[in-house]
Amino acid sequence: MDQLLHMLSYSFAQNALIAGVLVAVVAGLVSRFVVARNMSFAVHALAEVGFTGSTGFILLGLSPVLGLLSGSLLTALFIGGLGLRIRERDAVVGVVMAFGLGLGVLFITLYARYSTAIAILFGAITTVSRGDLMLLAAVAIVTIVGLGVMYRPLTFATVDPIVAEARGVPVRFISIVFLLMLAAAVAEAVQVVGVLLILTLLITPGATAERLTSHPGFATAASIGVALLATVGGILLALLTTVPVSFYVTTIAFVCYLAARFGGPAAERLRGLGPTSPPPAA
Amino acid sequence: MSTDGARRHDGPALPATDAEPAMCFDRATLAYGDRVVWSELSMTVPQGEFLAVLGPNGSGKTSLLRALLGLAPLAGGSLDVLGGPPHRGNPDIGYVPQHGGFDRDVPLRGRDLVALGVDGHRWGFGRLSREDRAKVDSALEDVEARPYADVPIGRLSGGEQQRLRIAQALVGNPKLLLCDEPLASLDMRYQQEITDLIGGWSREKGGTVVFVTHDVNPVLGFAHRVVFVVNGRWAAGSPDDVLTSETMSGLYDAPVEVLRVRGRIVVVGESSGAGFDIDEPHHFPEPVGAHH
Repeated sequence: MDQLLHMLSYSFAQNALIAGVLVAVVAGLVSRFVVARNMSFAVHALAEVGFTGSTGFILLGLSPVLGLLSGSLLTALFIGGLGLRIRERDAVVGVVMAFGLGLGVLFITLYARYSTAIAILFGAITTVSRGDLMLLAAVAIVTIVGLGVMYRPLTFATVDPIVAEARGVPVRFISIVFLLMLAAAVAEAVQVVGVLLILTLLITPGATAERLTSHPGFATAASIGVALLATVGGILLALLTTVPVSFYVTTIAFVCYLAARFGGPAAERLRGLGPTSPPPAA
Repeated sequence: MSTDGARRHDGPALPATDAEPAMCFDRATLAYGDRVVWSELSMTVPQGEFLAVLGPNGSGKTSLLRALLGLAPLAGGSLDVLGGPPHRGNPDIGYVPQHGGFDRDVPLRGRDLVALGVDGHRWGFGRLSREDRAKVDSALEDVEARPYADVPIGRLSGGEQQRLRIAQALVGNPKLLLCDEPLASLDMRYQQEITDLIGGWSREKGGTVVFVTHDVNPVLGFAHRVVFVVNGRWAAGSPDDVLTSETMSGLYDAPVEVLRVRGRIVVVGESSGAGFDIDEPHHFPEPVGAHH
């Protein structure tokens, strides 16, 4: 405990924790919709082209966080512009991702500092600077406010797109704006867990929440809760040991999922909402 | 096409028609690119009527609903809905889409689906007001879905999900209810329950219903009017006027016989399409040379 308090007196640790909380709230919120909209592949593409953006910006002597954000936002615009229907979306995502990652290989070869690449691929929240922190905070606030404004129509368009469209919800516009917010969330989450482990913050919390409750509001809260637990818990544990943050974050998230998966249905049965539906009303 | 043609004596009585018509098609044509779905459709439906939209698959029945919803612009002619041109998000229209069924794990309860019908289109996080919550409760009550309103929607049967869809469509107290194949994939008992629910709403509230179905029989007791679309052609009028061997043969441009067997209507064509007459008496024959 003393050791933890000592570590927390360092500004790098404080920065990491603040960034972690911001990232977790954004990731938890977005994760709910990523899972409901089947967008895990898009998340991966946004992260990997973000990697390219990041290495490209480093090569130019610019902020890697800004590069990551630019890379994933650009990819989101590309995907949104080229394919929103589910069938064509996967193909477009794959095409863009492959090319983007190819550029990343070029950049990293030109720069030739593999430690930087490793940091982006596996996360390096403890190296976040004050300047990066301000950027992360700004992006987080914009994303949270944006999702707050869109929350209801986005939910409608996600669970019931045909009726949502008929009721006047601008379904296509919302899809594109959500992709941009997803890109922002990806850029944030990469800071904690890195490009390769991105799904642990953008899929696992939402997937866990779905197992815990069928109340949509509670599910969103649970998703944010899981993301917070994994991120903050992971950072604190990493401060005490020499094992990287990413390992702890992925492990905590995975344990949460398993607990929900195997504990959730039991809890449901206790409430009488078992897998079989009750008899229909007379 | 006459609206006051001969009527079966056990058919429903026409409601009073003093208000503006619920919808008025005037030489309306709908096309996707070069493909004309239906053309020159003219039909006026007074408020309170129950209109059954019939025809084989791919004949443009869903497109007719999309036109009324303002989601599919006409290629020609005009269409008025509730006294104005169709526009997206018209709060006076309730919509029951063709039912895909919900995923088993989707975190959504029947109550939430109905609530989206109240405020899902509004921006913001949103929390239902006490008044809106009461509306949701009474819509659930009206379709007798209260007992399972808090169960994950993916765990409910097709009939239960369909009731919730109807509650969602009716919660805004619409004047016009559009239903796209609401009986598809339901067994006979649920088919009748759902039809009674929709027809009953129309009679009680004086609401207009457009009911897309490939089987006219469940709605014969409610339908004031049918419109049959096939191969870009159409015929509209009372069920007795339209569902005759003569009219149907004209529509299909091939000999078609309409039989009335024990209160049910069976449409039998020459062997132009597979398996519509004996095994599946409700399927309308596919037109010869129809392109899908």
